[in-house]
Amino acid sequence: MEHGSVADSTASSFSIMEEDHTLANSVRFVLNQDPRVAFCGYSIPHPADNKVNIRVQTTGDPAKDVMVDALQDLMVMCQHARGTFDTAVADFRANKPMERMDIDLNKS
Amino acid sequence: MDMDDVPTQQRNKLPDHLERQRTRVTCKADAPTHTQGFQYSGAFAAMGVDNSVSVEKFCNSFKIKINRLTEDDMEFDMIGVDASIANAFRRILIAEVPTMAIEKVFMVDNTSVIADEVLSHRLGLIPLDADPRLFDHISDDVPNERNTIVYKLHVSCEKGSQRLTVKSGQLEWLPEGSQLLMASAAQGEKQKTYTSFGQSQKNISGRSIGVKYKDITIARLGPGQAIELEAHAVKGVGKVHAKWSPVATAWYRMLPEVVLLKEIKDGEAEELVKKCPVNVFDIEDLGNGAKRAVVARPRACTLCRECVMGPTGEQVELRRVRDHFIFTIESTGALPPEVLFTEAVKILEEKCERVISELS
Repeated sequence: MEHGSVADSTASSFSIMEEDHTLANSVRFVLNQDPRVAFCGYSIPHPADNKVNIRVQTTGDPAKDVMVDALQDLMVMCQHARGTFDTAVADFRANKPMERMDIDLNKS
Repeated sequence: MDMDDVPTQQRNKLPDHLERQRTRVTCKADAPTHTQGFQYSGAFAAMGVDNSVSVEKFCNSFKIKINRLTEDDMEFDMIGVDASIANAFRRILIAEVPTMAIEKVFMVDNTSVIADEVLSHRLGLIPLDADPRLFDHISDDVPNERNTIVYKLHVSCEKGSQRLTVKSGQLEWLPEGSQLLMASAAQGEKQKTYTSFGQSQKNISGRSIGVKYKDITIARLGPGQAIELEAHAVKGVGKVHAKWSPVATAWYRMLPEVVLLKEIKDGEAEELVKKCPVNVFDIEDLGNGAKRAVVARPRACTLCRECVMGPTGEQVELRRVRDHFIFTIESTGALPPEVLFTEAVKILEEKCERVISELS
């Protein structure tokens, strides 16, 4: 849910349910790295509530667009991380074949 | 200050001390310094240095190097990523990657000394060898072959015999579903069990769904005692209960960097080598009996800070590389560690996707 004013779209608070530091801190990092962002931060209003508030203030662009861009960037970063990881695992296996699990005593 | 006052300042490059503050955490004898880093993209705008990270920049600098990969544990270096992202992966691994675990226990008979609820709790914590990706979260409490795995445990200790130890391997998988009959319905109607399987679970899994470790003690029975129960395992996540956590633990540490600020020789070198409990330093022979301390194994450093304390502490500087994480995943066995990591990253992607679709 977005809370902003009609007159000024450059500053908004986003209230996201069912999320915690995992997403909020990552998004805050990505937002901070965006030159269009003047300020951003997040808070969890109460530890018993399952929600976070993310505040975004921009230098002119609509806060919502910047937020969506940040989430998309984070997604692309994740996809890249996953691809890199899979390649690294494949390389590792190719160079050093996994020691077979004959040692596992449970599987007799 | 006029810019002409800083002639040594190169354009688009931070001076060394700032670059070190940006990329390293320095661990002094009393406390670490510069732990926060510079988050804001325009932090160095006045110096003409861009601190923003675009996706392209990230993709170019991001690296992963696997150090160790076994059936249930792995270690890798994740380079070029901020702590917030690394921490998101870690948090998701512990709390949000789903697995299967025993959630409901139907106790038919329990005359052992271990109470029903304690026994049920113990059963819940047993890691199952079931691929959670084959199953759904149980929604409206209708257990079927797509969301529930049924196990049976029926053991008894004969009178006059030795005490009996019940192991997790004695849990028997029931691919056809529950065998316990519900209180009978109308006459002539087929009696219902506690699950409604449409087909055998063998068709879904392809292999038998046992427990991961067969030698976990569940209970001990004295002569004349018996346990008969049925256990239903469902899909869940670690934030609801730790029994669903797919990792024994997942953690990361920043890469240690040990720097000798000046050459440390002879007696002092030997003292330094002796000081370090994990043998980070080595002695290099320079010939003619002269010796010099070198940093041989910085990765072993546990940051005990023994080397930076005391009168000779000024000679050594301990740092941690801010964007280099040594990530370790210990799986409990449901999924291999490399699959767990990919699953965790996928979950973060799904989170982003959900919020994007809510915003637009």
